[in-house]
Amino acid sequence: MEVKLLSARFDIEDGHKIEVAKKNGAYATLDKLFAMEPGEVIEEVKASGLRGRGGAGFPTGLKWSFLPKGLDKPVYLAVNSDESEPATFKDRYILVKDPHMLIEGIIICCYAINSHDTYIYIRGEYVSQAKALQAAIDEAYAAGYLGEKVAGHDFRLDVTVHRGAGAYVCGEETALLESIEGKKGQPRSKPPFPAVEGLYGCPTIINNVQSIGSLPFILTNGADAYKAHGTEKSPGTHLFGISGLVEKPGMYELPLGLPLMEVIEKVAGGVKGGKKLKGVIPGGSSTPVLLPEEAATTTLDYESMAEHKTMFGSGGIVVLDEDVDIVKLVKNLIDFYHHESCGQCTPCREGLGWMLKIVKKIINGDGTMDDVNLLRELCDNIEMKTVCVLSAACTMPVRSYLDKFRHEFEAYVQ
Amino acid sequence: MSDRSKLIETGTPFQFDPERDAEFERLVTRYPTRESLILPGLWLIQEQEGWVCAEAMAYLADRIGTFASKIYEAATFYTMYNLHPMGEYHICVCRTLSCYLLGKQQIVDYLKEEIGIAPGEISSNGKFSLEEVECLGHCGTAPVVQLNGEFHEDMDVEKMKALLATCK
Ligand SMILES: Cc1cc2nc3c(=O)[nH]c(=O)nc-3n(C[C@H](O)[C@H](O)[C@H](O)COP(=O)(O)O)c2cc1C
Ligand code: SF4
Ligand code: FES
Repeated sequence: MEVKLLSARFDIEDGHKIEVAKKNGAYATLDKLFAMEPGEVIEEVKASGLRGRGGAGFPTGLKWSFLPKGLDKPVYLAVNSDESEPATFKDRYILVKDPHMLIEGIIICCYAINSHDTYIYIRGEYVSQAKALQAAIDEAYAAGYLGEKVAGHDFRLDVTVHRGAGAYVCGEETALLESIEGKKGQPRSKPPFPAVEGLYGCPTIINNVQSIGSLPFILTNGADAYKAHGTEKSPGTHLFGISGLVEKPGMYELPLGLPLMEVIEKVAGGVKGGKKLKGVIPGGSSTPVLLPEEAATTTLDYESMAEHKTMFGSGGIVVLDEDVDIVKLVKNLIDFYHHESCGQCTPCREGLGWMLKIVKKIINGDGTMDDVNLLRELCDNIEMKTVCVLSAACTMPVRSYLDKFRHEFEAYVQ
Repeated sequence: MSDRSKLIETGTPFQFDPERDAEFERLVTRYPTRESLILPGLWLIQEQEGWVCAEAMAYLADRIGTFASKIYEAATFYTMYNLHPMGEYHICVCRTLSCYLLGKQQIVDYLKEEIGIAPGEISSNGKFSLEEVECLGHCGTAPVVQLNGEFHEDMDVEKMKALLATCK
């Protein structure tokens, strides 16, 4: 089932080194790129149907076209390599195994949006990964693919790695910009959107590592070749991270649109130890859980996830077996989001704290049915009343556990 | 979470060593505002000293040409900046979703027992510090432990025991 468009060079020995990567096609599309008009590049990316791989699935080409025209301000590209949502572990493979695919993607994007300065925001915990990425950037400078004249063309491009320091919220695009500016990572109110007023007050595009990493394939082979994979509304492939209680966890590149259960069974070997399935988290810890009967009719694309009232998210699939204690799992989730709240909105800072207290009380055996109902009510009252969606990233899944596994909460309070 | 509001003075002035100084000057050219150097500057301090003391923050404020309060703000917000010396071996165990499902608790319990400290503490001889941290981006090989920045995947108590044995 695997289709290796982005991971084509992952298994090549020393594929992260520029010489090896080049022998295997890296940077080969730049002549074509510079022969095109920037607008044509944007149209090609639009035509490919590529959707942002950071979680929200916003069409990449469309995002670029929101940049205001005719401004005399610089345009910035910020590449989001924060990868901190529990169960998300895909971008790291690009950074380490094929960093030149990312750099080539950055060149393509920057040419299309007329930007000359890129910041790659990488989470602080990725110490060796940041070193590997910097080494690849140094190679690209030395080979003339970055710097004053990219590949000999009259186009300057500088790429700087900016390390985060342990704050999940900095994956949120405006918190990420604050963090590059040297401030604490507190998301900004939108509008203005970053495409109009972003980094240093200038128009800025923020894209996920995998979104940018998909560009070399699209430009080299054309939008149609990309669209040949996946579904009509969710074209292409995705690096899925499968984890949890499953036989063969790991990162697999798959076309979108495959049946979720077939992927869990055939690609990832099924539930660990032959146990019974209790549920599937389809796209990272913030996405609502699917019951086995729902998972059975879900396919791995944006539309099917929406039909099943959940989200495609970041492609981090988590398998839950029959032994998982849902109430304790919910405590673990709330704990994470509460800990990572930036603190500027009361409903998020205080609300997630209340939710944590209540679920702890329930687990300790001191909870009542009123507490279960209050937990459910809090989910509705916190959501959409905050500056960013970190609070919703907590309440959306928690609500799904409360609704779909209510009996487990009730068992604790009886 | 540990108290991130206390700044510790060492009583001796801080300055970058030549290697960090050169890296700082390289970074100056990469950003349009000097305040963007706050996070990279704090990283350089931590790389050099293992933690960030009050004097180093004042030094960085000076080098950047900004208010010391801006340095404190970042240093106290971002949890990876150590505001006090850590153990010689700093052990981080991922506590979130996939690692939780695959038994991170056994590893934490073992470490508590073996080195006698709870998450957030430093052993009295300064050899170990232990922390439970959020998803480390290696969920496909959970549970995951980071020892002095290096990842150890597919961990269990046996492997943790072997890893501890390398901490001489
Ligand atoms: C709390 C929070 C955390 C996020 N973390 C990440 C992340 O780690 N990586 C990422 O690419 N996007 C993350 N996002 C999504 C970004 O805000 C943004 O939508 C994305 O980087 C845009 O890139 P794309 O259009 O290529 O997907 C996060 C969003 C929120 C609200
Ligand atoms: S929702 Fe939470 S994380 Fe987002 S801005 Fe408000 S307090 Fe900060
Ligand atoms: S949940 Fe532990 S590494 Fe992601």
